[in-house]
Amino acid sequence: MTVLRRRRRLWTDLWQAVLALCLAGIFLLPVYWMVTTALKTTTDTFAVPPVLIFQPTFEHFLAVYTEGPVLKSLVNSLVVATTSTALAVLIGAPAAYVLARFNFRGKADLWFWIISNRFISPIVVALPFFLIARDLRLLDRHPALILVYLTFGVPLVVWLCVDQFRAIPREVDEAARVDGANLGQVFFRINLPLAMPGIAVAAILAFITSWNELMFALVLTSTEARTAPVEAANFMTGFGIRWGPMMATGTLIVLPVLLFALLVSRSLVRGLTMGAVK
Amino acid sequence: MRHKFRVNWPAFSLIAPAIIVLLAIGIYPLLFAVNISFRQYQLTKQYLGTGYVGLQNYITVFNDPLFWESLLRTGQFFLLTVPLQIVFGISIALFIDSIRWRPLSFLLRVLLVLPIAVTPTVVGLIGRLLFNRDFGLMNYLLGLFQIAPVSWLGEPVPAMLTIALVDIWQWTPFVALVMISGLAIVSPDVLESGRLEAGQGWNLFWHVQMPYLLPGLTAVLILRTADILKLFDMVFVLTRGGPGVSTELVSVYVQRVGFRVFDLGVASAQAILLLLLCIVLSRGYIRLFYREVEA
Repeated sequence: MTVLRRRRRLWTDLWQAVLALCLAGIFLLPVYWMVTTALKTTTDTFAVPPVLIFQPTFEHFLAVYTEGPVLKSLVNSLVVATTSTALAVLIGAPAAYVLARFNFRGKADLWFWIISNRFISPIVVALPFFLIARDLRLLDRHPALILVYLTFGVPLVVWLCVDQFRAIPREVDEAARVDGANLGQVFFRINLPLAMPGIAVAAILAFITSWNELMFALVLTSTEARTAPVEAANFMTGFGIRWGPMMATGTLIVLPVLLFALLVSRSLVRGLTMGAVK
Repeated sequence: MRHKFRVNWPAFSLIAPAIIVLLAIGIYPLLFAVNISFRQYQLTKQYLGTGYVGLQNYITVFNDPLFWESLLRTGQFFLLTVPLQIVFGISIALFIDSIRWRPLSFLLRVLLVLPIAVTPTVVGLIGRLLFNRDFGLMNYLLGLFQIAPVSWLGEPVPAMLTIALVDIWQWTPFVALVMISGLAIVSPDVLESGRLEAGQGWNLFWHVQMPYLLPGLTAVLILRTADILKLFDMVFVLTRGGPGVSTELVSVYVQRVGFRVFDLGVASAQAILLLLLCIVLSRGYIRLFYREVEA
């Protein structure tokens, strides 16, 4: 009996492992294909049947590096995403704290309004923003993008942080108040450090969303402040697609984020699903 | 009982920046868009001025078959992707939930995060590569089964299938992650007594586990609806809405009218209608599903 059961279990484990491998393959294959294409010579890229084992070449990365605009766009993306995320946390976290701790009239409506910004299609805001930025002479400059990215950054931070602040017992606040701390001190010195895990999750999601954003960047930048996704999309215009440099650019955009996402995957999963399951 | 209205200034000062910023970048542009939607606003014909034209732009939109077709197409895209994402997502969640070897289930859960994090623009580029007619991996794999090469991006129906497949690849993991966290709420006791009553397999899933997945499912439907109405980058890079207008989803179309035709008045009217649709849909979902959960 037990031998039979053990054998059946072994089979279950085995076929689960095979299925898991297939799933992993499906989810990883496109990214793997991008990275290997970036490392293939142009001849190998066009080969049919596709070449699986090949002599890697760094010529495409070198081309991307020497031509310049991609590198510049990556720096632009980094500047915009980092600044915007920092601002979103600075603005969103205190608001989340107040929403978690205080009761006031219209609180539910206020919360709903802040969150609902996440549902507005970017095209709705992109049109007026283009005209506003043009009149303020902010087109093709970082501040315009940084500000626009707060439309999703702040709601994201508020959404994910309210629960985090709620989880901190009120007694902590009260004890500090008895010791003479004012509300600002209670928030910045005590609650903010305690809420760091939740804030980090929100910040990571806000950063990735900013880093990946295309529509606003397409509309609000042209040459100087162009971000990496715009630069990548640009490969599709003009004559003849340069597959190698294009995939090298894609790799440079995606790989840092993926490595980062792997490192913090546990909290990222929490952030992605927290809003959904609540 | 009368409450005196009293402002808690310290608390207000903590929340005020968020309110001010969102008024400035959320509400003001929206009002701006409403304003433009009632104006003549063609950037390429500035000599026409930017005077008010009443409901003219809205009438243009209502009589514009391309706009309604793009909405219909977006609906088709939704029906092509979301049901499959839900079925695959739940299947993957149940599968991962059933894996006894911890490291394996952990590894899969980590891998599920990856497609979601890949820049949609780059996903579009990868799509161009994989679905290329001449040397793409997709046609090669089909060739192994003796299927003739498909011109994925060159013909209307295959192009629609392509963007649907790519969307399914990228967002099924998200549905799976939400469902996994839903399954985690089912306590072992409930599961055990459910097993006694409902047995194994489908019955167990449908009668015992499914109710716990409903809130997550609602959230998935709301988020996917909003995301598909927003969907721009992946399609823009992969097909540019083409061939013809066969994959021009509503956001891609509005962007074209706004920034390639430069008729901001009409585009704003379209965007406002889109916004209203989004609000109505998400409210509808919440009403429909949460009543079901409570009943």
